[in-house]
Amino acid sequence: MSALGELSTLGRNKPPGQGKTKKRDNLAGYLFLTPWLLGLFVITIGPMLASLYLAFTDYNLIQAPEWIGLENFTRMLSDQRLHNSLQVTFTYVFVSVPLQLAVALLLAVVLDRGVRGMAFYRSIFYLPSLLGSSVAIAILWKQVFGTEGLLNQVLQPLGFDGKGWISDPSTALGTLVVLNVWTFGAPMVIFLAGLRQIPAMYYEAASVDGASAFRRFRSITLPLLTPIIFFNLVLQIIHAFQSFTQAFVVSGGTGGPSDSTMFYTLYLYDRGFGNFDMGYASAMAWFLLVIIGVFTAINFIASKYWVFYDD
Amino acid sequence: MTTETLRTAVVRRRSATFGRARIRPVLTHLALAAAALVMLYPVIWMVVSSLRPGNEIFREPGLLIKDLEISNYRVGWNALTEPFTRYLLNSAAVVFGAVLGNLVSCSMAAYAFARLEFAGKKFWFSIMLVTIMLPIHVVIVPQYILFSQAGWINTFLPLIVPKFLATDAFFVFLMVQFIRGIPRELDEAARIDGCGKAGIFLRVILPLMVPALATTTIFTFIWTWNDFFSQLIYLTDPKMYTVPVALRSFVDATASTNWGSMFAMSVVSLVPVFLAFLLGQRFLIKGIATTGIK
Repeated sequence: MSALGELSTLGRNKPPGQGKTKKRDNLAGYLFLTPWLLGLFVITIGPMLASLYLAFTDYNLIQAPEWIGLENFTRMLSDQRLHNSLQVTFTYVFVSVPLQLAVALLLAVVLDRGVRGMAFYRSIFYLPSLLGSSVAIAILWKQVFGTEGLLNQVLQPLGFDGKGWISDPSTALGTLVVLNVWTFGAPMVIFLAGLRQIPAMYYEAASVDGASAFRRFRSITLPLLTPIIFFNLVLQIIHAFQSFTQAFVVSGGTGGPSDSTMFYTLYLYDRGFGNFDMGYASAMAWFLLVIIGVFTAINFIASKYWVFYDD
Repeated sequence: MTTETLRTAVVRRRSATFGRARIRPVLTHLALAAAALVMLYPVIWMVVSSLRPGNEIFREPGLLIKDLEISNYRVGWNALTEPFTRYLLNSAAVVFGAVLGNLVSCSMAAYAFARLEFAGKKFWFSIMLVTIMLPIHVVIVPQYILFSQAGWINTFLPLIVPKFLATDAFFVFLMVQFIRGIPRELDEAARIDGCGKAGIFLRVILPLMVPALATTTIFTFIWTWNDFFSQLIYLTDPKMYTVPVALRSFVDATASTNWGSMFAMSVVSLVPVFLAFLLGQRFLIKGIATTGIK
């Protein structure tokens, strides 16, 4: 079961009596957990609390943090570049994630039909997921969508006018969306694993009843796959909100042209590590956590209406 | 294995019943092959372009090499203040530390969660699951302050030490899932033979969880090798640059003028990922199917 599934069933009651009969050994448990607990407190929770404090301060790393109350947050309200970065990030998330998942699902369904050489195709389609976050691919993207890039070399003989896809503010973000869709292999592999769980007899029964391929997909595959779709959706949204490398490299760290690829994380980096405005960067980080939390919560609430559990 | 063959048989029969014409599989294959080609074309083209003279890169969308030009690699290798060997070694050091750290700390935590009974286990387990989804940005600023006060900027410590503290909770979860599949009778037998908790972990569980350890190794390898954000923040001295940070400063330094050597070094930087992919495909696919990690 996935981490997400595990999380959503945590609250549910386990059969009574279990655990009571088992002998507890607190010392051994906590000894084995020591590295993780240290990490949790020193590397995760400690810094989280510190960042919550810093969010209410003005801090440039040199002078001591100065408490300024909600000033960072009121500043966020009137920060046009921040609003723009939110818009860019939302556009990116809402366009690229559904597209990516749709492509992933389509290919998973095609591959699951027992195509010969399925393992080969699966590997080929999965490979970009491993490469996608690398600087090398961001460099490649910069060239492919550049004025003299590969895309234009292919398009020009077909009669299209070449343009600088990355240097044009209206298309720059689109190239990053394409890059994210290109990494559909990871959700595709999860879909494939999900499709394997659907009993073949459902399809056999449906085809005996004369259901068309489309009907079988709509009435069997899709409903039974909704938990996996949900899982992929939550994960990819969280993932997409945090995109950084590609936009950073493609824009030379500026989020350009005209801030059109200024992801929220890029702006956060710019404030925190470009300008050492650590208080403001912390406030931004917490706002990001709230945004991701809200989206995940909405996803979980909405899932009650569309996610179908077979058991 | 038998369920696998049974399934394929069922699938075959399914497609035999539904595929009205025999042309269908051929079309599917053509479409899949075309899709695969489109997906990989840019990467293949990059490899080919890295072997071309710079001025040809902008004229050639095809894959044929007229003049083989390997000087791109020599030029690129020495284009920055340090030879590229240095960056490769730096990356290798970081990757080695990260892999070792994840293997040791995540397997310990996973053993505790999967096999030991202790007060508060459920609570800590749910905390662990939540941390999987926590964005790094929420902790990066104070972490940076912490590590800079420790004098760790421009060392590999900020990139390695957290791994020894099981901060990559995905792997803890992955290993918990795996250990749950190991029969408890084996633990019992070892216990009767006089093994303690540590003995069971080292002699029974660890040897049996090699596939999970392999998955962790390969994913940690690829992620750490590709990781840019934290390496960019913690490594500012060119001597300490890892491959991604060096590549990025290459882009800035040459200002898009030398695509040939930029591609050459990009290819060099991707070689370890390709190798890890070839060697570890099986584990990668399994790992992602069970936990959804990328």
